[in-house]
Parts: sequence; C-alpha cells; structure tokens
Amino acid sequence: MNKSKSTKRSMRSIINNDITVGYLFAAPFIIGFLGFTIIPMLTSVYYSLTDYNLVIKEQWVGFSNYFRLFSDERFLKSVRVTLIYVFTSVPLKLAFALIVAYLLTRKSNMVSFYRTIYYLPSLIGGSIAVAIVWKELFATKGLINSIIVQLGGTKVSWFGDQKFAMIPLIIMSVWQFGSSMIIFAAGLKEIPATYYEAAKIDGAGKLQSFIKITLPCLSPIILYNLVMQTISAFMAFTQAFVITKGGPNDATNFYALYVYNQAFKYYDMGYASAMSWVMLMVMSVITFIIFKTSNFWVFEEAGS
Amino acid sequence: MGMKWKGRISAICYHGFILIIGLIMIYPILWMLSGSLKNNTEILNGSLNLIPPAWRWENYVTGFRGFGGIGFDVYFKNSFRITIIATAATVISSACVAYSFSRVKYCGRSIWFTAMLCTMMIPSQIILIPQYILYNRLGVVGTIIPLVLPHFFGQAFFIYQMMQFMKGIPRELDEAARIDGCSKYSIFARIVLPLLKPSLITTIIIQFYWKWDDFMGPLIYLNKPQSYPVSIAIKLFADASSTTDYGAMFAMSTLSLVPVFLIFLFLNNYLVDGVSTSGLKG
Repeated sequence: MNKSKSTKRSMRSIINNDITVGYLFAAPFIIGFLGFTIIPMLTSVYYSLTDYNLVIKEQWVGFSNYFRLFSDERFLKSVRVTLIYVFTSVPLKLAFALIVAYLLTRKSNMVSFYRTIYYLPSLIGGSIAVAIVWKELFATKGLINSIIVQLGGTKVSWFGDQKFAMIPLIIMSVWQFGSSMIIFAAGLKEIPATYYEAAKIDGAGKLQSFIKITLPCLSPIILYNLVMQTISAFMAFTQAFVITKGGPNDATNFYALYVYNQAFKYYDMGYASAMSWVMLMVMSVITFIIFKTSNFWVFEEAGS
Repeated sequence: MGMKWKGRISAICYHGFILIIGLIMIYPILWMLSGSLKNNTEILNGSLNLIPPAWRWENYVTGFRGFGGIGFDVYFKNSFRITIIATAATVISSACVAYSFSRVKYCGRSIWFTAMLCTMMIPSQIILIPQYILYNRLGVVGTIIPLVLPHFFGQAFFIYQMMQFMKGIPRELDEAARIDGCSKYSIFARIVLPLLKPSLITTIIIQFYWKWDDFMGPLIYLNKPQSYPVSIAIKLFADASSTTDYGAMFAMSTLSLVPVFLIFLFLNNYLVDGVSTSGLKG
C-alpha cells in the first residue's frame, strides 16, 4: 500500500519534471526536424551524387551531376534569368513599398482604407486566380495591348517574345508590394516626430529629411525586407509555371521551375538534387553579401 | 485665406493621386470580378469599362459544373479539408513547441531552439525532392498525407512568432499558478494558451492563406482529379477552357478568392497587426 503510493508519487514527479515537460512539448518539432529536415537533407546530398529516376535503384555517379550543371546551357540560362528577375523585381518592389508607406503617413482617416487597397494585391497575389488574370491581361488580344493600341502603339507579343516575357512577371511581383509596405509603415510609426521637427528648425526640406532621417531609421527594416524578398524571389515558381511555362525559349525558365521540371517531368532526381544544392549555395552567398554590406548602410540605434 | 486654399488644394491633389494609383492597383482584381459576369466578346473587346453590359450570373453555374465530370464542389471540399487539417495542426503543434522553448527550462533547449532558427533559413524547395522520395518510399504519394503531415511538427516561423508573443505574458502568472498547485501542463492549458489568443488567430489566418493558395504541393503530390484542391482545378480549367469560356474561368477564379476575402474582412485588424509586428510573407 505504502509502496504503491510512493511509486505513484515518483511517477508524478517524473511527469512534472522540467525535462519531461520540455521534451514532451518540443517533441513535435524534434521529430519533424530529425525526420523531415535533417534526414531528407542528408539523403539529398547522397542523391545528388547518384543517378536516380524513382524506379530503378540509384546508381552512384560521384560528382558528375555537378559537372553536368556547368555544361548545361539551359541551366546557365535559368541562373541568368533568375538573377535578372531577383535584381530587378526586389529593388523596385521595396522602392514602391517604401514610397507608398511614406505617402500614407499623412494624418487622415482615409489612410487605413488606402492601406487596405494597396495591401489587397499582395493578399491574393500568390493565388492561381491572379496568375490566370495576369496571363489574360497580357495576352496578345488582352487589355494591356488594347490600351497600347488606343494610345497609338503597336501590339506587343508579351509571352511570345524573349525580350518581353519577363516584364509581366516583374510587374506582377512589384504589384504585390503591400506586405513590405505594411512592415515599412510599422517602422515609420516608430520614428520620433521630434527628429523631423528638429530637422525642420535646422532648415531641412522634406526630401532632405527623408534621406537623412527616414532612411537611416528604417534601415534595419529595409535589410529585413530585402533579405526576405530576395529569398522569396529566388524561389519564384507558380507565376512562371502558370503564365509562361518558362518560355519562350527559356526566357522565364526560373531556377525553381527548372528544378521542378528536372525532378517531376523528367524524373532526373539526382540531377535535380544537385541543382537544388547549388541553388542553396547561390542564395546563401547572396544573403551573406547582403548581411556583410549591411554594416555600411544599416544604422542601429545604440541600446535597441 | 491663401494658406487655407493652398492646404485644401494640396489635400485634394494628395487624395486624388492616392486614389488613382489605388484604382490602378486593384484594377486587375476588379477586371476579374467584372469578367466573371461577361461573355467572351465583352471580355475581349478591350474596353476598360468594368460594369458588365448584362449581368451574366450563369457563368458561375457553368463554371461550377467543372470539367471531366467533377464539379467545383469536390475541389472546394478538398481544399477545405487540406487547409483546415493543416491549419489546426500548425496552430496546436506550434503553440506546444513555443511553450516548451520559452517557458520550460531544460537541458538541450538552446540547441533545439537554434536548430529551429536554422530551419527558417532553409528554403523549402531544397528538401522538396528528398521529401518526395521519402513519401514515395512510404507509398503515400497521391494522398493528402504529404500535404498535411509536416504541419503536425510545428512550423518554425509561427513558433518564433508565438515565442515573441509569449515574452509579453508575465512570468509572475506562471509562478502564482504554480504556488496554487498547477502543473506545467495546466499552466499551458489554463494560462498561456488563453492569453496567446491574438497570436493564435494571426497564425490561423496566415497559415490558412498559405495552404489555400498552395499550388506546388498538390501539383507534386496529388495525381487524381477527384483529390485536387481548387488551386490545381482552376489551372486545369483554364488550360482546358481558355479558348472557349473566359467568363466561367473568371467566375471560378473569383469564387476561389472568396474564403480569403471573407477572412480578411472579418479578421483584418488581427492580420494587419500580426503582419506589422512579425513582418512576414512575400
């Protein structure tokens, strides 16, 4: 009798022990991390060194998948078009987000309504519905072309011409500046009004105080948006898959789309794994460079 | 007098400018809405006019019939099933993990926390292929398991947001409850979870959006039209009917955005607060 009571008590103390509680609550993450992140990543390294098509057992091929990348014209082109897309769409998007967020700092009860309107595109921008609308807007007989014709121009074959195919995709990405804008708006609210008043007394104009006060104060947020948007632009897939299918002549064959096609169209799993590792390296290098240069332009307030 | 007029003119210019740009911004969305009530010739005549000459609600009926003998009711049901399971799983598992990382002290905690931060940096597409191979070996490709299972393990992004929020819940509450005889389990259930509500709602909204819009996941893992969610169905519908019925295609596109709009309408304030404090999403 006494014994069972004491085992019960020791059971309870084990159950309520911090280690038990901690690991029990963290268990979902730990299981998922080991089983669905670490093991897949390790096997991915292995598969990238093999030839594997899901059906026949994988064949060890060493680094030949990686060597193959550098002689694959389509791969090199996809790297190039992805970089063009990232380096045009991200800066434009952030510039718009910042300008609009700044314009909407004015005190007016319409501001929250305006903010909602400008946020809407990025709310639904990731959906297939919007991609389909975009495809029709820029179609040869689409609305954009008829506006161009009404203004006296000639029709543009947006998705038939290598030179133009990227433009609708970049516009679509820039159009979705809303979520970056909201983050900027939150940052703008934090800048003390006294800074601007002091600058005004010192005779600074609006543009000057924007450059000298707003930009430095917002720089940590600019860095955050820059990194997040760069990463997501690198992974752009749906737009290209739905709107251009990577064409014409691979002009919009983004990296993620090419990886997808290698893996799930040609079932070349080994090669696709090698490609995704190179992608990770390219992204890490670019993120690293952004962080390194941030020492020169990100202004951290002491103590915050 | 002059000053007053100057101020008024500048205000008119300001609001006019913002409104015109705003109209251009949402024009594509309005164009889709109005297109869902037009027929092909009315859509393709290149007019900027948004008011449909005749309100052709029949587009919704035609569209809803779907294609290949499967109606959009099936696709919507599939989408809701995947989205609701994934969202519920994410919220519950992420809250548990966040509680463990921020309120319980144990050996190894900081290692797991660092591991979690690292997973936020890993683009999901890197582990896409090995995960596919794994699910393929387990024989679950073609079911919704690969689409919902990862959500049961907590999502790093939301765990982190919840931890930030938990910082604001005073530890004295935990302490008081402990003195009153509450275990760590009931502290979680009775104190932390109820106070975490705003953060939980933000998680629900954002996870719902992401899952509802998810295209690549279903594209890779599902192979039977009966199990497709709306996102895939609309793509196939557009491919199949792009030369024939634009109106029906826009009608279904519009319909697919309704759940997103509804949530936005009702929980807008939570979302805007959530987005601006946590700073998320592309």
